[in-house]
Amino acid sequence: MSNTTTHESYLPAGLPIPVPEADGLSAPFWNGLREGRLRVQHCQACGTWQHAPEWLCHHCHAFDPPWDETAPRGRIYSWERAWHPVHPCLNGHGPYLVVVVELPGAGGVRMLGNLLGDPNAEVVIGAEVEGVFEHHPQAQPPFTLLQWRYVK
Amino acid sequence: MTERSLRGRVAIVGIGETEYYKHSQSPDAEFKLALKAVLAASRDAGIDPRDIDGFASYSNDRSEPSRMSAALGARQLRSTTMQWGGGGGGNCGAVANGAAAIVAGLADCVVAYRSLAQGQFGRFGKAPTAPTISGDMAWQAPYGVLSPGQKFAMKARRFMHEHGVRQEALRAIAMASYHHAQSNPRAVMYGKPLDEAKYDASRWIVEPFHLFDCCMENDGAAAVIMVPAERARDFPNKPVYILGAATGSDHRVGAAAHNQPNYASSSFSTVAPHMYRMAGLGPKDVGVVQSYKNFTGGVLMALAEHGFFKPEEANDFLKLENLLAPSGKLPLNTSGGNLAECYMHGFELVLEAVRQVRGTSTAQAPRSDVALVIGGPMVTPVSNLLLGSEATL
Repeated sequence: MSNTTTHESYLPAGLPIPVPEADGLSAPFWNGLREGRLRVQHCQACGTWQHAPEWLCHHCHAFDPPWDETAPRGRIYSWERAWHPVHPCLNGHGPYLVVVVELPGAGGVRMLGNLLGDPNAEVVIGAEVEGVFEHHPQAQPPFTLLQWRYVK
Repeated sequence: MTERSLRGRVAIVGIGETEYYKHSQSPDAEFKLALKAVLAASRDAGIDPRDIDGFASYSNDRSEPSRMSAALGARQLRSTTMQWGGGGGGNCGAVANGAAAIVAGLADCVVAYRSLAQGQFGRFGKAPTAPTISGDMAWQAPYGVLSPGQKFAMKARRFMHEHGVRQEALRAIAMASYHHAQSNPRAVMYGKPLDEAKYDASRWIVEPFHLFDCCMENDGAAAVIMVPAERARDFPNKPVYILGAATGSDHRVGAAAHNQPNYASSSFSTVAPHMYRMAGLGPKDVGVVQSYKNFTGGVLMALAEHGFFKPEEANDFLKLENLLAPSGKLPLNTSGGNLAECYMHGFELVLEAVRQVRGTSTAQAPRSDVALVIGGPMVTPVSNLLLGSEATL
């Protein structure tokens, strides 16, 4: 069983910390990550999975789609290797990888994350990846990111 | 009931811009730049700027109409329209909204414009440094996806993956801009040519975008004056008519966290057909294209979605010789555009399309009766515009 939790940060500290909007729309998602759970809106009325969250199911117009836990397993849909530091905390850091991951177990919704491992490696679109919960308990406020690595 | 269309009902009779500067180098305040551009366009049209009764812009331009109208001493203020969202994707939308106001009888003389002093108000290529983030950017910024290039590179990558598009196609788009800028003294990159070796050796900003795949950051302002078509011949310049325009984006392009169903897209899949339908024209009728370049990958997808080639033909079509005036089959960005003339948030492209139809470009296309402008590929909403000469009506 591989370890799907880390306290090592892929990127340097100082990037903006994700917090729910004032209206709380995405709070179940971010709170779920802190507990090591991936939650995605899953409409009870019509079965549509929806990410990012919205107050309304875009398919059947039921309000407040409930949140369902889903396995952090997916496929790389697209990727980029970022070099130019657009934020002061990235100065001198070097390249890093970002992937768009689609989750077949949650209706194919997509989310972003960093691809852990060698930032200079070839990236394979379609490859299977699994989530790694990257916890930042000492940050103010504390938060957790969902990162990705190839399934071995 | 008459057909609901802008085709042939509105003419652009004046264009004007300020000097174009690298970001932070404008000696003038942003609002002063806006006034200079409007006065230059008024001079070009031969109108008294006090007759301007409509204002149209986009991307939350800070030079707002009531202050503009007061500063110009205009006799009255009538139509004021702002194209919502989409940043530079609103450049053609601003023209379309202003033209629609004229057709609807809400104004008689509209200026569409964009003013931008990134030095005064903050650069587009630098991320905000707030400690926390919410909403759409919360899904991206903590992972180092902060700038427009980082947000859009993965759309281009996916399109290149699906259709086997090579880096050389992006390079040709960049080189066409730089080539045309060498004959345009207004261009910020005038006198600074680009060759294949320089492109290939340039640093990556975010793969698949090299430095030269990315737009500049600039200060300046640009404006066009529009009047009803019936008055078009009362002005000194050859009138340039609006043949078609469209704004918007495909199904759920606004779905956050990269969840738009049609992901590998410039957002023009539905918008391009609307424009062609209004104009009664198709891609074969277009003789010259000005496409907004935030990044070359957006141009790649936008040209495909405007029907100039099938995605799998991109490598063959996007060769430098095809994109150059006067000999290429589709001259592209004949002023240098966002990459090499000025990132006037894409409004410089509208002025260049007018010059092409007038026949006064510094890189004139031989077939310039129908000129296309593409605004802000990959954002939402995007917009586009077909301009034409009297012969096309």
